[in-house]
Amino acid sequence: MNQETHPQHPYVPAEEQRASTRRRHPVVICGAGPVGLTTAVGLARQGIPVVLLEKDHTYSIGSRAICWAERTLDIWNRLGCVQPILERSVTWSIGRVYYQAQEVYNFDLKPSADHKHPPFRNLQQYEVEAILYRASQESGKVDVRWGHQITGVRQESEGVVLSVQTPGGTYELEARYVVAADGAQSGVRQSMGLEFEGAVFESPFLIADIRMKADFPSERFFWFDPSFHPGRSALLHKQANNLWRIDLQLEPGADPDEERRPERVAPRIRAMVGEDTAFDVVWSSVYTFKCRRLASFWHGRVFFAGDAAHQLSPFGARGGNCAVQDADNLVWKLGLVLKGLASDSIFASYNEERIFGSDFDIMTAMRSNHFIAPQTRVRQAFRDAVLALSQKWSFVRPLVNSGRMSNPVPLLSSSLNTPDTDEFTQAMRPGMPSPNIGLDATQGGSSRWLHDELGKGFSALYFAQSVGDIPAKELEALAELANAPIPIQTRVVVAGSETRGVKLPSGVTPLVDTQGILARLCDARPGTFYLIRPDCYVVARWRQFDAQRVRRALDRATGGKVGDAQAKVETNHG
Amino acid sequence: MAKLRVELGLDRPDDVYDMLMKTFDGLTEDQSELLMAKLILVLTNHIGDPQVLAEALTIAREGVDGGTWAKRSFRTVAPTPVRKEVA
Repeated sequence: MNQETHPQHPYVPAEEQRASTRRRHPVVICGAGPVGLTTAVGLARQGIPVVLLEKDHTYSIGSRAICWAERTLDIWNRLGCVQPILERSVTWSIGRVYYQAQEVYNFDLKPSADHKHPPFRNLQQYEVEAILYRASQESGKVDVRWGHQITGVRQESEGVVLSVQTPGGTYELEARYVVAADGAQSGVRQSMGLEFEGAVFESPFLIADIRMKADFPSERFFWFDPSFHPGRSALLHKQANNLWRIDLQLEPGADPDEERRPERVAPRIRAMVGEDTAFDVVWSSVYTFKCRRLASFWHGRVFFAGDAAHQLSPFGARGGNCAVQDADNLVWKLGLVLKGLASDSIFASYNEERIFGSDFDIMTAMRSNHFIAPQTRVRQAFRDAVLALSQKWSFVRPLVNSGRMSNPVPLLSSSLNTPDTDEFTQAMRPGMPSPNIGLDATQGGSSRWLHDELGKGFSALYFAQSVGDIPAKELEALAELANAPIPIQTRVVVAGSETRGVKLPSGVTPLVDTQGILARLCDARPGTFYLIRPDCYVVARWRQFDAQRVRRALDRATGGKVGDAQAKVETNHG
Repeated sequence: MAKLRVELGLDRPDDVYDMLMKTFDGLTEDQSELLMAKLILVLTNHIGDPQVLAEALTIAREGVDGGTWAKRSFRTVAPTPVRKEVA
């Protein structure tokens, strides 16, 4: 194993293990993958100490998740760790789909100068994990315990008792809350006897990382029935450091152990990249499509996130991006409950919103699976008909489905939203994720981005003609909201920059929108008020500011008042 | 409200039926199946309206397997529930 990409983190006995006393922690996370580490960093940034248990001693073997979507980059941006990911990753925007020798469909996910991050960046999962791990250590709040494996989960009324196995023996620790982010083979899930529901396909695929110096452009290539792999599909996609992802559909009934052998893998890849291109197979594996999830992601004091909660097939970058959205959804809710600012009932919204999100991803991935690997004769006939027609007829080409790339799922029906009562355009309606747009567009970018103004808790955008226009009484109300137990930081959005001379209370700051970019996005007029969640989803908006309505919307967005749903929570899990 | 035309839309039904059948002349079962699928895709695009299509699909499905086909909603964006199905 490469020491540079896969350093061995030694097993260190935990303090409580040496002292033989059981300690209680606010949160224990199981699994140091992208979702576990994102959750850890997200909690650490709220000042919450985290214990993270990882059974292995290093990062993921093989590239696994490689394409990171804009929403995921926005999340890591808010957590302060996107910069090294942007620096290490490779950029791409064009996807090309071939049927035999002809290009029949393409898409261009062009980066936009108005957005801080491009639609996609590619970086192998273990590199992402290394970056997130460093961020977790820099926070000083995350105790990552390598070589500590969960072997038992026992829920008690006040907490969860975890049995942990280590090279130095077993011990128990207690957590108020547990986040199971320990992957598709989740030990927590198995300990709790929970099973996935959903679909498993039979068609096997060979996935491989190869290292080669090749001048293929940094694009996503997908082939149906290419001459180098007749009758099956193939994918080639670039990663960082001259690493390339290859994915080859295998014959039905192919033997996974046989297909993994280097003597079997190499000729397939040589046929694909050509005789003249030297390459090394760095990693390979054989898998089948799986689209399935747990019936519930919330079991008492245990939350499931990422692959531990849902398994998604590749070809749309949905597994990794869906997983990071789980973490982002959970951390602010956990933070509020651990600080005593919200009741456990808010966790119902984690379950509701992330099941909605993962069902969308599951549905989308299933459609791609059915197209790429038709499992019935009639599906095969229609798939072949689409491909045959697509060579000549452009109207058929949008039906060619080689995977639809991940996009954030709007939470339009979330119970946390306060439905619109005023007239607005749809782009930023309650439940929409706010894009991380530039606030002063210059050629090729911006110096300020929307998410820099949001995402440190609940925030509000209050559009005004000028800062001086806001009556003293309203400023007082805004100050009260900013100093409430769950604070709302208000940005007063004004077109001009003459904000000097006006004294704003703490927690209320001007945001200059000279070019009206934000006002246009929000369909705003003077008086328009937006309430935005810590994860940058819009939850409520009005044409006029009314502190009472804002407080009611905040209550609703935080699962109701503290304490009023405790009884319900205790019986709301199986 | 129903949008699919359910009254006769053909001036010369026998000619049209014959035209349809002759398209399949000389084809194997596999080739015929491919042609049917292509034809459905071309006509589906021509129809465009998902409500018209849904009504047509419902009529076509009626009675095919002894009436087990429940009236479904053809949702295009909302997630479908995950069912236990092993393909």
